[in-house]
Amino acid sequence: MFEVVAQGEGPLFMDPDADKAREFFRQKNRAMVSKVMTVSEAVGKFVHDGDYLAIGGFGANRIPTAVCHEIVRQRKKNLIFAGHTSTHDFQILAAGEVFNRCDIAYIIGLEARGLSPNARRYMESGKVECCEWTNYAMACRLKAAAMGVSFLPARNLMGTDTFKRSAAKIVRCPFTGEQYVLYPALWPDVSAIHVHEADIYGNARIKGISIADLELARASKRLIITTERLIPNDEIRSDPTATVIPYYLVDAVCEVPYGSYPGNMPYEYFSDEDHLRLWLTVEKDPEEFKKFLDKYIYKTRDFNQYLELCGGLERINQLRAVEHLIDLGGRG
Amino acid sequence: MGMADYNTMEMMICAAARNLEDGKAVAVGTGAPCAAAMLAQKAHAPNLVIIFEAGGVAPLLPTMPISVGDSRTFYKAVMASGMCEVMETIQRGMVDYCFLGGAQIDMYGNLNSTVIGAWEKPKVRFPGSGGANDFGSLAWRIMVITPQDSRRFVERVDFITTPGYLDGPGARERAGLPANTGPYKVITNMAVMGYDPETKRMRVESIHKGFTFEEVQANTGFELLKAPEVVETPEPTQEELRILREEVDPNRYIIGR
Repeated sequence: MFEVVAQGEGPLFMDPDADKAREFFRQKNRAMVSKVMTVSEAVGKFVHDGDYLAIGGFGANRIPTAVCHEIVRQRKKNLIFAGHTSTHDFQILAAGEVFNRCDIAYIIGLEARGLSPNARRYMESGKVECCEWTNYAMACRLKAAAMGVSFLPARNLMGTDTFKRSAAKIVRCPFTGEQYVLYPALWPDVSAIHVHEADIYGNARIKGISIADLELARASKRLIITTERLIPNDEIRSDPTATVIPYYLVDAVCEVPYGSYPGNMPYEYFSDEDHLRLWLTVEKDPEEFKKFLDKYIYKTRDFNQYLELCGGLERINQLRAVEHLIDLGGRG
Repeated sequence: MGMADYNTMEMMICAAARNLEDGKAVAVGTGAPCAAAMLAQKAHAPNLVIIFEAGGVAPLLPTMPISVGDSRTFYKAVMASGMCEVMETIQRGMVDYCFLGGAQIDMYGNLNSTVIGAWEKPKVRFPGSGGANDFGSLAWRIMVITPQDSRRFVERVDFITTPGYLDGPGARERAGLPANTGPYKVITNMAVMGYDPETKRMRVESIHKGFTFEEVQANTGFELLKAPEVVETPEPTQEELRILREEVDPNRYIIGR
């Protein structure tokens, strides 16, 4: 056994037991059947009150916006959220107050754009139980789960208050005597990842950086894929090197064109900075923000209607030009 | 050279860029650090490897990224990888510099980006570590670009999000962090600071033209040490300013702040 040198005081929201996870995955269906459904069906079927939820991508880059909206629209509650590489996704979920526990690596902020006033109010309200981690710590937790082991060692976190408020442990290496921090495996109940292409079974392709999504896909007990495009299974089989998520990890496949909007989708469209700024501005006034949420989320039928409210294909075409560094010369 | 008109942000970016050597690797975020790395690459360090935490490795940045995970961070990159790949490259010892920020920094270079006030009932909640603790634990040298302000430079940070030298010499190693790592430079609108090799406390190494040590001290919430020889920070050169304004940040997203 390792000698435990120190232990974080934070709550461990999920059981890191690898055998329990194995029992779950043993039951998971490996049949290659169509999993195509709407986002509304997927969220209704696979996101349950009290679940541990994780969202793929990086905040406002390749995020499954439609799933975040739908979780809010269906008024899910008491979720535990993985506040990992989360920015606009966190902002949406905090607006719906759908979670009351949070593993924190990065929350509230939208990077260089500033902090979300509403998410900050929510996190300062005392309604959310917190545990502190870091981006790599959370990635390690998912990686451990993806590997099917109950922990992974790393060399960060030690000596800090972030460690003190985490649920990590510091041990001595049985080989060298050096201290290591151990991260408990994290098997989220449900996750959503937005991809470029997937077939109806869930075999999926991502272009560009993968962030922590390859680990997340493998760690998640249930996985919702939203995809820019559905492609034939023949195309998947013609280039298996391009598959980064195999179908048997996936529970739902939802075709959502422009599904990362207002976030960036690499090689497709850039982030809509005007719309993201609108969120940050409107949030300053809670009453105005309530109306804003009604208009853009609660009273919209689906993601397509939201896109229409935000300028539709005309706006998307402008963002395509930005992504591809094409100067429309004021004609956009 | 020198004598050029330049603003505070340009001064800070140039001072930061000069600390990045050719043939080394730097992990950056968005904003001033990214501008500093781009300037260094175009001015004196063509073989500087720029790495982003979300997975972008050695891009040819066409414009300033808005997010450390947006498409610019892997535009014409040598690899579009993931977070574990990047963090493990740092943990393996292959990343020389990282840039960090925070709401508070103390005399040992510890950084707070988590809360102001008590953690249980914060006066202000900030984003938390993100990748900062990872960079600050694992990269060889930590650099910080921040305004000189006694509300930022505090005796004790309210929360150590990211480790500096913790409470002094040997503390990082005792805590279990990789040996011989830690804070390296702090670049502000008034001065460039480093750390005293014996005490690991922050010390002033150079002061920007127009400022005095007393002014720097007056804007710092703890006692600053002085390097054996405190010099004037070299001003940005015409060439550095040209690259910065024409190639790095033509839209003045950062240098216009």
